[in-house]
Parts: sequence; C-alpha cells; structure tokens
Amino acid sequence: MDNMPWLTLLMVVPLAGSIAVAALPSRSSALARPVALGVALLTLVIGVVAAATSFTRGSDQQFQMVEQHEWIPQLGVSYSLGVDGIALSLILMALVLMPICLLAAWDDVPEGGGREKGYFALLLLLLPFMVGVFAATDVFLFYVFFEAMLIPVYFLIGMYGGERRQAAAVKFLLFSLAGGLIMLVGVIALYLQGPGGSDGFLLERLTGLDIGGSTERWLFVAFFIAFAIKAPMWPVHTWLPDAATAARPAVATLLVGVLDKVGTFGMIRFCLQLFPEASRWATPVVITLAVISVLYGAILAIGQRDMMRLIAFTSISHFGFIVMGIFAFTSVSQAGSNLYMVNHGFATAALFLIAGMLVARRGSKRIDDYGGWQRATPVLAGSFLVAGLATLSLPGLSTFVSEFLVIAGTWSRYPVATAFAVWGVVLAAIYILLMYKRIFTGPPPILETDEGGGPALSSDMESSVMVSSDTDRDYLSADLDEERRPLRLTAPLRDLGLREKLVVAPILAILIGLGFFPQPVLETLNPAVERTLQIVGATDTTPSVPADAGSTSGSDH
Amino acid sequence: MPPTVPAAFEAVDISYWALSPMIVLLVGAFVGVLVEAFAPRGTRHLTQVVVAVGSIVISLAALVFMTADEVGVTVGGTIAVDGPTRFMQGTLLVFGLLSLLVMADRLGGDTADALTPMGAASPGSELEAQAARKGWSTTEAFPLALFALAGMLLFPASNDLLTMFVALELLSLPLYLMSGLARRRRLLSQEAALKYFLLGAFSSGFFLFGAALLYGYAGSIGLPEIAAAATTSTGEFEGLLLPGVVMVLVGLLFKVGAVPFHSWTPDVYQGAPTPVTGFMAACTKAAAFGALLRLAYVGLETTRWEWHMGVVVIAALTMVIGSVLSVTQTDIKRLLAYSAIAHAGFVLVALISFDRSGVVGVLFYVTAYGISTIAAFAIVNLVRERDAEATHLSQWAGLGRKHPWLAGSFALLMLAFAGIPLTSGFTAKVAAFMPALEHGGRSGVVLVVIAVLMSAITAFVYVRLIVLMFFTEPTGEVTAATPATLSLTVIAVGVLVTIALGVFPGPLLDLAEQSSVFITR
Repeated sequence: MDNMPWLTLLMVVPLAGSIAVAALPSRSSALARPVALGVALLTLVIGVVAAATSFTRGSDQQFQMVEQHEWIPQLGVSYSLGVDGIALSLILMALVLMPICLLAAWDDVPEGGGREKGYFALLLLLLPFMVGVFAATDVFLFYVFFEAMLIPVYFLIGMYGGERRQAAAVKFLLFSLAGGLIMLVGVIALYLQGPGGSDGFLLERLTGLDIGGSTERWLFVAFFIAFAIKAPMWPVHTWLPDAATAARPAVATLLVGVLDKVGTFGMIRFCLQLFPEASRWATPVVITLAVISVLYGAILAIGQRDMMRLIAFTSISHFGFIVMGIFAFTSVSQAGSNLYMVNHGFATAALFLIAGMLVARRGSKRIDDYGGWQRATPVLAGSFLVAGLATLSLPGLSTFVSEFLVIAGTWSRYPVATAFAVWGVVLAAIYILLMYKRIFTGPPPILETDEGGGPALSSDMESSVMVSSDTDRDYLSADLDEERRPLRLTAPLRDLGLREKLVVAPILAILIGLGFFPQPVLETLNPAVERTLQIVGATDTTPSVPADAGSTSGSDH
Repeated sequence: MPPTVPAAFEAVDISYWALSPMIVLLVGAFVGVLVEAFAPRGTRHLTQVVVAVGSIVISLAALVFMTADEVGVTVGGTIAVDGPTRFMQGTLLVFGLLSLLVMADRLGGDTADALTPMGAASPGSELEAQAARKGWSTTEAFPLALFALAGMLLFPASNDLLTMFVALELLSLPLYLMSGLARRRRLLSQEAALKYFLLGAFSSGFFLFGAALLYGYAGSIGLPEIAAAATTSTGEFEGLLLPGVVMVLVGLLFKVGAVPFHSWTPDVYQGAPTPVTGFMAACTKAAAFGALLRLAYVGLETTRWEWHMGVVVIAALTMVIGSVLSVTQTDIKRLLAYSAIAHAGFVLVALISFDRSGVVGVLFYVTAYGISTIAAFAIVNLVRERDAEATHLSQWAGLGRKHPWLAGSFALLMLAFAGIPLTSGFTAKVAAFMPALEHGGRSGVVLVVIAVLMSAITAFVYVRLIVLMFFTEPTGEVTAATPATLSLTVIAVGVLVTIALGVFPGPLLDLAEQSSVFITR
C-alpha cells in the first residue's frame, strides 16, 4: 500500500463527488445531500486508512506519502505532495469536520432543487482544496490551492449566506486576494533566490537557502501578510466577523475551523522554514500583534450581541494564542500551537454549529432574542455549555491542553507577553458564560397561545455578578434578573433531533477524548515541531516532552 | 554609419512561402471585395463568411506547414519571419477566426446581427429604415477584417520602420471603418469611429515623424541598423535619438492603449459593434505588442538606457489609471476597456525586462488574455434587454439566475482577468512578472508590486460583476439572444482554453519559449 497516491486520492474522490452532485439530473436532485455525505464519509475512510497504513510517526523523512510529478516545468512548478505530522493532523481534522458540516447543513437550502445541488457541490468542492493546501510541498502549488479555494468559499457566502452576504463575500475575497497577491510577489522572488530549474519551487530546494539581509525580510513580510490576513490577526481581521455572520453555520465552521488554519499552518511551514533568520527578526512585532489579537478579540467578543460575530471574535482571540505559540520558538509552545489548531477546529465547529441550531429555531442571531432556553431544550443547552467550556479551555477538554502548552511554552521566553495574553483566558470565561447565561438561563420562554403567560418561575439561577452598576446601558441591565421577562414564542421549541445529535455527538466526543488523551496527536505533531525548530535554529532549553512543560526554566533572552 | 546606396536597382530576394499567410489573407480580402461588387445581396453574407473563414484557415495552414527553411529575414531585410513573428501570427489568426465567427453570427436574423444595414445612412433616417426593411447588411466588414488581419500579421514581422508604418496603417484604416458600423446606437458608433480615426491619424503622424528622426540618427530605417548605430555612432546626431524613440513609441503605445495615450479606448470599445470590439481588443493588442517587442528588442535594445525609465513610468501609469478608473465604470464595455488598459500595463511590465523570458511572458500573456477577451465580448454581445444590447451594469443583475451557463462562463473569464489560479490569467501573470522580478532590477520589482496591487483593485471590479450576476435578484428583463450557435461555440472555446491554459500551460509555454528568439538579419 506504500505506493498508493493517497493524497491525490483524497482530492480526486471529493472532486469527482462534487462534480457528480452538481451534474445530478434535476429530477433526482434529492440525492444531492446523501451523495455528498457519502462521498465525504468515503474520503474520511480513505484518509484514516492512509494515515494508518502509510504514515509512521518519527520517520526520518520530513514528508511522507510523497508524490511528485512535473507540472509546469517551464516555470519550475511541480505537482508535489507530502505530509508531516502537522499537515496530517489538519487534513484529518478537515476530513472529520466535512461530513459533520454536511449533516449540519442538511436543511440549509429548504427550497431544494438546483440551488441545493449547487450548495452541496460547493461544500464538497472545499475538500480537495483543504487537502491540497495542507499537503502541497511545492510553494507554487500551495499558492494555487491557497488562492483557488477562495472561489468556492466566496460563492458559498455570497449565494447562500444570510443578510449582508454580498458585502461580506466581497470583503472576504478582497482581503484574501490582496494578501495572496502580495504573497505572489514573494513566491516568485523566492524562486529567483533559489536554484531555479524545472523543479525550483519545491520546498526542499528552497529550504536552507540562507538568503539573509533585507531580501529575506521582505520575502518574509510578503508571506506573513498573506498568512496574517488568512489567520486572521489584528489589524487585518475585519473580514472575519462579517464573513462568519453572513455565512451559513456549516460554511462558517469550515471557514474558521479549517481554512483559516492555512494561515497559521503557512506561518510554520513557509515563514519559519524558508525564512528562519527573518522570522527571528520579526518575532517581537509578531508576538506583540498576537497578544493584541488575543485581548482585542476577547474584549470585542464580550460586547457582541450577534452570537456568530461573538464566536468569530473568540476565534481571533484564539488565533492570537496560536500565533504567539508559533513564534515563541520553544518546542512546548509550538506543539501547543499545533495541537491548538486541531482543537480549535473542533471547538469552533461545536460553537458555530450549535449556535446555528439555535438560529434555526428562533430565526435570529441576536443574543437578546433568547433567554431561558435551558428548560425548553436541555440537550441543546448542555451541548452548548460543553462547547463553550471547550472554548474557554476548561481542564478536561482538549483546548485546555493546547492553551496550557502555549502559555507554558511562551512564558519561558516572553514572560511579559504571556502575562498579558493570559488575560485572554479570563476574558474567555466572561464572554462564554455571559452568552450562555443570556441564552439559556432566566425564565423559560412561554408560548404566545398560553393566555396570561406561563407561571413565573422562581429565578433559581445565579444572580449576575458581572454587572453591578452602569444601569443606563439597557443591554447589560437586561442581565439583572428582575428585569428579565419571559420570552414569548409562537411555536413550541424542539430539542435536538436525531440529525442534530449526530452532528453534535462526534465533536463533543473528540473534545472530551482529546482532553484526556492528547498524547496520540502530540506524538504525531512533535517530530514535525522539532524539525521546524531545528530549521529555525532556535535553541530550546526546555525539556522537549510537553507533559513536563510546567517545569520550564531559563531562556536566551 | 553612412547609408549604403546600391549602385543600381537590385531585385530583392522574396521568400513567398514566408509571406504566404499574409498573401493568402490579402487575396481573400480582394476576393471579398469582388464578392461585394458582383454577388447578389441575398447570398453575400454567407459567401463573405465562407471566404473570410476559408482564407484564415488556409493562412493558418500555410503558417503551420511552413518549413524551417523559410524562417529568416526576407524582402531585402524589411520583413523578419522568426519565432516571435510566427507565434504572433498564429495567435492572431486564431483570434481573427474566433472574432469573425462572432461577427458573423446572425442571432436568428437574416444578416450579421451586430452590423448596421447601411453604414452610409445617417442614423434614424428614412434611408436607414429602408435598408433595414430590405434586409441589407454591411457585409464589407468581412473583407475589411481580412485587410486588418493582414496588417496585423505584418506588424510584428516588420523589420524596418517604414514597413512597420505600412502595417500600422493597413491594420488601422479598416478598424476605423468597422468601428462605425454598429447596428444599434449608431450615433455613438459613428462618434467612436471618428474619434478613433482622428486620434489614430495623430499617433500615426507621431510614428512617422519619429521614424524620420531615427533615420537621421542612424542613417537607416532598418531596426538592426538602428541598433548597430548605437555602437558606431559618432555622436553627431545623438540629439535625434531620444525624440525619435519617444515619438515612435508613442505611435505604438497608442495602439496598445497605454496611458497617457489611452483616451480613445473606452469610447471606441463602447461605440464599436461588440464583436468588432472583441476583435480589436484581442488582435490589435497582440499585433501591437508584437511590433513593440521587435522594436524594443531588435531596434532599441542597445539604447534602452536612454528611454527605459520613460516606459517604466508609462507602464506604472497604465496599470494604475486603467485599474482605478475601471472601478467607476457603469457600462460593461467601458469597464472591459479600462481593464484592457490595465492589462496592457501588465504586459508592459514583462516587456521591459529585456530577457528572453520577458518575450515568453509577453507572448503568453497576449495569447491568454486575447482568447478570454474575445469570449467575454461575445457574451456581452449576447446579453440583451428588449432586443437592445444590455451594456449598463444594472441590467446584468441576476443574469446568473436566468442563464447560469452564460453567466458562469462570464464569471470564469472575469476570474481569469483577475488572475485567480487554475485559470489562464494567473499563469499569464506569473509568466509576465517572473522576468520582471528576475531581470528588471529595482524598477522591475517596483512595477511588479504596483502590478499586484492593481490586480487586487481590478479583482474588486470583476468580483463586483459576479456579485451582480449571481448574488443580486434580477430587476429588468435581461435575456440572452438566441439562437447563437456560432457565438456559443466561440464562448465555449474561449472558456475551455482559459481553463486549459491555467491547468496545463506547459505546451504553450514551451512553444512560446521556442519562439522567443529574434532573427535580426
């Protein structure tokens, strides 16, 4: 099985599936959803088999499952794929999320017909790009995937999104395109710095070039801007809240959970590996921006009334942590960042998808349109709570491990920055718990048909400690329990149905599972992390086993 | 260098095989003129189309089957049939064939849909109405197109300034006429023709005057001799060089639509019949860049330090003005005109890198852009509202809902213009920017940075079109003209080539690479 072109297969299968879904005759367009789901599951199975049979942890090669063919030899471009531990984990995360998102998107296009076909074909079309962008080991090929995948996302937001979808789609595309085009200059210039020739864009030919000086710094900047926009970091994050709000929850999940990881992944794979000297040079600025992202995202999340925007801002905060860990250059922080990328994918997916279920019931994204839902929809509330706790990194859930590793790893080198960033954790508790409280606690909603309203329930919830003064702000004052009125609804609320349970269950299982047993993933990630650090040439005084990360001491600053 | 005056007239060697593609086109054009004079009206449309398409196909065959022996300089050094020439000629013939098919499309009527029944009648007059009733048509557009195409084939092949001038006039004069033949919005069309003619004549004057000054400098109008004069010059006439170069360049840059010689482009693109606009946008640009390549790489390469910076500034201006002004356009044809200006700037970036790879970049870019442009204008030609061409952007709203395939094709072409990977536009941009970064020095890097920033701006314009077509509810009664077999064929070819050149550009890049060496004498 060693000679199977696994990675190509992982792209061809969903691509063929996407074309098949799009080409379904209109009388059998009802098949679009099952076919798409089947293809996504098949791809997942192939991915798991590939990882189980053809990937060895701790191999001495940087990349495994390697495929390499000439593509455009005149321009030095090869079709070259391969994965290390980081790429493999991210690909598997994408493969797992795709069927879940398809299931969550089941009723997104109620009118059915051609529009539904198009929606599921586009969703499925994301898969080949997601695999390709993480698996490309040719800089040009990476760029092609990086840019080309904007188009399906653009159409998914622009054609199927909610309010203000057009503006959001255009904003998303222009930000990404502008960053990408700047990177294109860097990509070409990098090739010209390298040995050239018909395979001059291969990563292995461009690694260790020792360009040095201002050239390397300019190249680094060209790549970094593109990745910072993608990630997204403050101050180029503004497209994300709009896009995440306008997009369908499933699309937002894939956008934030998977596609944005390309930004942080690109920093590790390209910025660090290709421009080690410039990466060290830029570290102070990058760390500062990362800390700003952490705090800025968290503070703005607290103030959001739209739950999708709130989740988007939490992601900005979390991406700040990831970037901080990457540029701290310790094996602990980098392992943490990589694990964070995987965990954040699932945690955000849980939040977005469950929030999407709320929106599907109430028809509103505004948090103050909810209240007291815990009584009406206990399973939904419970799932949301777990997802939220995962976002605020509660011990026992997977994100805690990664966040702890990042903070512990960064502390040994940048204690001041870490001291600021840690507040992001505290703020996370505020925005998540406030959101939970506003949506799920309080008097349960009553049906409009009930004359005179339901019996006023004694308020058995905790009293609000967050807001003690400042009563002139009505939004916050609504948190004071005595002013909360029960929500009036025209139809009874359903709790999670079978399909929705099937969406939520695997994600929560993974969040809890990886919370207690992160070791398999960490063992996959660690060799790749070590190699990256070797290339950057960062001396790592901390023990390289992340489990002992708490005992870090000393730094070279 | 003293001019060598032959003692007696010597008949020059003429390789008719090397000239055969042009000769075939000219013969075809004359046959077309005869058809116009003698064939009954009812059969003219079909006869003209068959003659025109047949000549182009034969011409293409002659070009393809031309043996390597015929390659070289002929007609006493005035025409060079070398790699770039043959590549450009092949490209031009393919473009010409595709545009002619669009031009010939009747869209269900009796005559070519885009062309007026009678060019000489004043707009809205009784005469015009009569001509329309009788089913007349300006079928002379087809031989005119063949004449123009012959001139375009000669343009990149001309190895001295006078031949270049003859080619310039041969390609321009028919185009001036054809711009004025639109069936709808006659006044706008005639205005466009007049503007194009006046400005074109003005720029021809510049070219001729510059050629005279360069003759004074070098003692010859031959491009290789002008290049040689840089090394042998005594410095006596040095003062003639720069004004001469500038004026000659003005003449050519006018044709490619570079800023500040671009002002005709939007008006003419808007006024001309849409298929003719496609023809001009693709072919004129290709031919003019072919000539510009030869002028720059053969004739003026040795003196490039004198004028290089000027063209750098022009390239930057062209990109910036073309992109920025395209944002404000509300008419689809004007929008595409400004985008054509911006693209001319991108090609200039490759052109002034002065390396073989720069030639490859120009050749590839012009080919990729031209095919997409012809298909794009063919689509514009089909979009109608109450039988009038729907060129205002607001009329395009919701086109994707009603005609998903047509709108989808247009969206793909727009993405190619924007330079999205896996389309030809992206490969072309890479092929064009790479030589500029590698050989262009600091100015090359600056130009490429400007180019990508401007690409982002133009991307906004194209993306807005997609928003309009797909994300907006339809407002008017926009439809696609039917039956449009010929146009749809051309559109399909354009779309397929656009994808093919994005996914497998290798063969064409190879061909361009093999064709990138100039033969000078």
